[in-house]
Amino acid sequence: MNRLTNSLDFQAQALTLRAERQRLIASNIANADTPGYVARDMDFASALREATGTQAAGSTMTGATATARGHIPIGTGSTSELGLKYAAPSQTSLDSNTVDMDRERASFVDNSVKYEATLRFINTDVRTMLDAMKSPSQG
Amino acid sequence: MSMMKIFDISGSAVSSQSQRLNVVASNLANVDTVAGPDGKAYKAREVTFQTVLMNAGDGAPGAGVRVAGVSENQAPGRKVHDPANPSADADGYVTYSNVNAVDEMVNMISASRSYQNNIEVMNTAKTLLMKTLQMGQG
Repeated sequence: MNRLTNSLDFQAQALTLRAERQRLIASNIANADTPGYVARDMDFASALREATGTQAAGSTMTGATATARGHIPIGTGSTSELGLKYAAPSQTSLDSNTVDMDRERASFVDNSVKYEATLRFINTDVRTMLDAMKSPSQG
Repeated sequence: MSMMKIFDISGSAVSSQSQRLNVVASNLANVDTVAGPDGKAYKAREVTFQTVLMNAGDGAPGAGVRVAGVSENQAPGRKVHDPANPSADADGYVTYSNVNAVDEMVNMISASRSYQNNIEVMNTAKTLLMKTLQMGQG
């Protein structure tokens, strides 16, 4: 049973992180005019690695196992604060706001597309499993 | 459901930007006024934004924005020598408001662009949420 849902679990983690990143970027865009606001972003690859507990996102991915003290258990929804970093300002401004609107817009679109891609992976996985469950007579 | 929070975040930004637009409209309307309700010349107003943390619930970060306050620009008003004007002072000078129309127009464009940006963020979030709702159906 676990073999069946392993890749689904992985994609679900990825989807949660994508949603999280989407919200971060939305925060940055919302605060584009706030004095002193420091833009934040996440290192997606390391966040996902940390969330799924695998060294490489390859075929060897297994269910998450906490291998060290301080690992965050999966399924509690505590993906927050994972790989959160402060964006380096590309052009400094007088009010020390470090939101770079061009970059934020690009990241936003990039993240939306990847969110949809993850959704599509999940849908395909589900369809594959459903097809496998069908009896031959069902066509 | 962290995507839902995007509507709170961008919504707060949209309402703050619309407040900023409101202030710009008030300033532009008063660009040529000689006296306000208190008998003195109108002072240009300006909003100050402030970050609001929106991490109730799951503790994940998210930051909205709110208008911390509206401040008045204390620069002296524009003085024009016009002795024939009924509001001229003893030396024949009329004090107009200290609104700079160019500043206000720039402010307006900036506010409207930020407004559009946040609306687009909400639209994208809505599309993604709708697709999430259809997960596993097709």
